[in-house]
Amino acid sequence: MNWMKLKWLYFLISALVLVPGTISLLRFGLKPSIDFTGGTLLELRFAGDKSIKTEEIQSALKSVGIEAASVQSSGEKTFLIRSRTITKEEARVLETALGKNLEQMPEEIRFETVGPILGQELLSKTLIAIILASVVILGYVASRFKGSKYGICAVLAMFHDSLVLLGLFSLLGHFLGVEVDTLFVTAMLTILSFSVHDTVVVYDRIRESQRLFPQTDFETLVNKAVTETLSRSLNNSLTIIFMLISLFLLGGPTIKWFVAALLIGTVSGTYSSTFTAVPLLIIWEQIKKGRR
Amino acid sequence: MKPQNIFWLIVVLTAFSIFVDLPAKFWIFSQEINRPQINIQAGNFHFSRDLEIKQGIDLAGGTHLVFQADTQNIAPADRESAVEAAKNNIERRVNLFGVAEPVIQTSQIGENYRLIVELPGVKNVNEAVDLIGQTAQLDFRELPAGATTAADLADFKATGLTGKDLSLSQVQFDTNTGAPSVGLKFSAEGAKKFAEITARNVSRPVAIFLDQFPVTIPQVREPITDGSAVITGEFTLEEAKKLAIQLNAGALPVPIKIIEQKNIGATLGAESIQKSVQAGLIGLLMVVGFMTVYYGRLGVLASLGLVIYGLITMALYKLFPVTLTLSGIAGFILSVGMAVDANILIFERMKEEIRSGKPYGQAMELGFGRAWDSIRDANVCTLITCFILFNPFNWSFLNASGMVRGFALTLGLGVGLSLFTGIVVTRALLRLFSQGGVAK
Repeated sequence: MNWMKLKWLYFLISALVLVPGTISLLRFGLKPSIDFTGGTLLELRFAGDKSIKTEEIQSALKSVGIEAASVQSSGEKTFLIRSRTITKEEARVLETALGKNLEQMPEEIRFETVGPILGQELLSKTLIAIILASVVILGYVASRFKGSKYGICAVLAMFHDSLVLLGLFSLLGHFLGVEVDTLFVTAMLTILSFSVHDTVVVYDRIRESQRLFPQTDFETLVNKAVTETLSRSLNNSLTIIFMLISLFLLGGPTIKWFVAALLIGTVSGTYSSTFTAVPLLIIWEQIKKGRR
Repeated sequence: MKPQNIFWLIVVLTAFSIFVDLPAKFWIFSQEINRPQINIQAGNFHFSRDLEIKQGIDLAGGTHLVFQADTQNIAPADRESAVEAAKNNIERRVNLFGVAEPVIQTSQIGENYRLIVELPGVKNVNEAVDLIGQTAQLDFRELPAGATTAADLADFKATGLTGKDLSLSQVQFDTNTGAPSVGLKFSAEGAKKFAEITARNVSRPVAIFLDQFPVTIPQVREPITDGSAVITGEFTLEEAKKLAIQLNAGALPVPIKIIEQKNIGATLGAESIQKSVQAGLIGLLMVVGFMTVYYGRLGVLASLGLVIYGLITMALYKLFPVTLTLSGIAGFILSVGMAVDANILIFERMKEEIRSGKPYGQAMELGFGRAWDSIRDANVCTLITCFILFNPFNWSFLNASGMVRGFALTLGLGVGLSLFTGIVVTRALLRLFSQGGVAK
């Protein structure tokens, strides 16, 4: 199969996701959670029969002096309130007020409050972790492939996946209010390693064929390697995707977006190892030939 | 090792895992069966496990608190002992509160000292926070003039000498005998008060109370006027250290301020467990179905390997024990998806070898041999990332949050173990059950 004939189509598909994502990232940025900004997250559940609107909770919040809070329905009669840092006493006052206004006392199922110092610390720790992971993975790729060609292309594919993930979460944040928290960072680091290992498997095969058939031209070898590894790559990703989709749909709201991040990363990582990292190699070779 | 031996090893390992995985109590034909616990004692080696899965607070419900210690007014050299004393103080109070398995850690980030407190199952947090947040009250008490030897603790009266007057407490060693003792240093004001107290209590006890509880009741031998006293006794080094820390809680009071608080209701946790178990099972069924449809008999054997993988992992969680969090469960579920990767790599290689005309047995061995490089590469990167996320050496520049660590630990364990089940177990099963068979 001549996979690489369509390489511009593959880049176009990537661009369809990357361009809107990048624009959104530059315009709207990411929506940080209280893990990064500091603040309070309160989840309340009402047991009674009466239906409750988010507006009713908003007005109760105003009445006890907690301004500019956001209220989101997070399940049947369950509400997620995000606000500035409030104390446990303030939360109790709010619950009492809600109980009086709505004639049913809410059950507090989650109360999280993070001071602003911790948020800043987390930000710097996150950056260090990402840089550290990238450097170590880079070092690994470099040691596996002595030549710079493979290493650089593998890392470009890794950046492709990170950008896809960040861009889509920027869009999700803007349109659905999805937040970026500590777990998102975890997902991102996991995806970095997944992206690289999937690419390494394809590259390994290309180099092996190069040794076995030194006379054959590079593009033919690459097509052969892609044909040989594609079903493995797809099957492996499918099993991971099965687990993740099941977890996304049934796993409950707390880890839903964490799983979504892993899912996006897995799909992008699988795509990029065959349809980004490999075409990049071909282009690299063509440029080298053109110079000669 | 001979294939048969490996097979039997796997059987034994699986049987042991099933035993460990069993719930503590279950019923077969309405007959109640209790699984015994593990309790091994051999010389100094002691290993006992109740074989229950430890649940993090996001599953069991409970409270996670982070306090910032204000060490501004404490000399830099004494800060570490002051924070240690504060931690000790919190431990004591939490124990008073009757919390099962609390976790109390200190962490230093730059110049900041933090105290991390995890209280599983505590519902009424406000009380706990109030109790923990107070600084310790240390005071010295004496017996009234006419008291007899029959006097008890309640008879001790305050002397006006308190923790404020004590500047430091340290473990010391007797220059002659080398026996550990506890030294006290008083402030100028404290030295004056202490001199008066000791002068009127020679050969009588002076009690030191911490939060209304007596810590130690030494006898006064002679009036002490220079503001530095030594408490001697039959201390072990550990006891002396403990006493010094307790006294420091009063001498070096560290005001603590809450900077993070997470309460998770038990209902949310129970729902999360139920949902993720359900999700995991459905995902597993999909993977097994897929493998069976795509790879036929090979797939069935790989699925069997996957089930063994699940059983061993669960057993490891109980044996370590791993504290399972919600993100930890996600890590485990993800690792199940990744675990079959090794098998897929091998099976694809086998198919190629068969296509190129090799006999089945040889194709199988070649498949396992040649796929190894790819399998190793595929897993090294994930293990590196898990290492950074888990941060085993507690590097202060990296994250140490429980959620992230839970994920990294289960994913890392899973990936490591999947190498074993994917290669050793599946190969043994294949050799045994697939002799003479033909792959699709």
